[in-house]
Amino acid sequence: MSKFPCAIGGASLALWTAAALLLWPLADAGRPAAAMDHAMMGHDASAPTAKTAAAAANEVVIDDFRFGPAALTVAVGTKVTWVNDDSDPHTVTSEADPKLLKSPPLDTGESFAFTFDKPGTYRYFCSIHPHMQGVVIVQ
Amino acid sequence: MRKTSGAELPGGSRRGLLKCMLLGAAGGVLWTVGGGVPRAIELGGEALAATPPAPGDFSFAQISDTHIGFHGAANPDANGTLQQALTRIAQLPVRPAMMVHTGDVSHLSKPEEFDTAQQLLKGAGLDIHFIPGEHDTLVDDGKPFFERFGAKSGTGGWYSFDQGGVHFVALVNVLNLRPGGLGYLGPEQLAWMRSDLKERSASTPIVVLAHMPLWSVSPDWGCGTDDAAEAVSYLNRFGSVTVLNGHIHQVIQKVEGGVTFRTAMSTAFPQAAPGTPGASPGPLKVPTERLRTLLGVRQIDFVVDKPAPVINDTRLES
Repeated sequence: MSKFPCAIGGASLALWTAAALLLWPLADAGRPAAAMDHAMMGHDASAPTAKTAAAAANEVVIDDFRFGPAALTVAVGTKVTWVNDDSDPHTVTSEADPKLLKSPPLDTGESFAFTFDKPGTYRYFCSIHPHMQGVVIVQ
Repeated sequence: MRKTSGAELPGGSRRGLLKCMLLGAAGGVLWTVGGGVPRAIELGGEALAATPPAPGDFSFAQISDTHIGFHGAANPDANGTLQQALTRIAQLPVRPAMMVHTGDVSHLSKPEEFDTAQQLLKGAGLDIHFIPGEHDTLVDDGKPFFERFGAKSGTGGWYSFDQGGVHFVALVNVLNLRPGGLGYLGPEQLAWMRSDLKERSASTPIVVLAHMPLWSVSPDWGCGTDDAAEAVSYLNRFGSVTVLNGHIHQVIQKVEGGVTFRTAMSTAFPQAAPGTPGASPGPLKVPTERLRTLLGVRQIDFVVDKPAPVINDTRLES
């Protein structure tokens, strides 16, 4: 199961500016980011910190390369909507065949909806960033 | 004159290049030595006219992650920064024989994005060898990409070719990605690669192109290739192997025995260091005046009698 770097919230700003951003111009794998030359200071605050996505009912918000909530339980007949709030395109793709969920690439702001007619456990992932995974449980 | 990678000519003493800037009233002369024969290059105007490589030497350029179609805050002008990157390539001190693009040509696999990329890249005036990134294969198993940029032969989009005494292996590790996984080569491609390399002499320099890194940069961020170890095992017997990757929009190098792995800068936007706590893997907005210092291109030089190439990364702006 993919593990994403945790959202740490506002207190992480110091950590962010110290450790975040780029390794320049050349780095050996394994050297910690803080030891890199030219570490960028992100105090323009445009680098995204983790957001607690306030998803509406029956909605999954895609942000920070995560599906939120990652596990959603709904009743049979519910239409679920995925909204991409992230800075990269993502898809919603069923893990197993038949690929009931097969969204086109969703750019920032685009959404995809599917109505679940049958009960079951529907695992899906992002076909572009396959470590992003989620599940809809239909009861 | 502004310092670019040209001011530190590739290879330094290893190449046996002499570098002596004699600035006269009328301009400047840059001396280089290749193959034991000194040659002078006139410095004229704003662009340093590239000279061909010395006999027996072979030089090519790498460009990556152009993301044509991207219009986000991290860079509203990905077309412009690509053009600037091509200008940098035209200013390289040694004229590259060709260029490789290590993927994410487009941002959303849209036909108009591929068309624009194709038009802009024509401005390089170079043969270009492409491999796709995951942004290029969003629809139809990458058909729009392969139609325009794919190899003439081969099944899954992978191919190999020889140039300048170097054997190039171009891999596709962004298709058929499996849930929870990283990049993926697949058994068919691995079998092809094994067979392709089998008869090659161990002294042949090898360059491998793959979009996603062929080593595990950050599993948390999906940054690696699931079955890369198998591919690397085919490479270990060769004396000089250089793996050129893209995807992470920054330069990270790893050396494992005779194999050097090196990721590349993007020409479109920077990203955070893989695995940075609290950071997003996506486009990173930086102050406007810093953007072009974090984008760049690369020149790779093979010098006669020296199997390992010299790799020079050049930023769009210092």
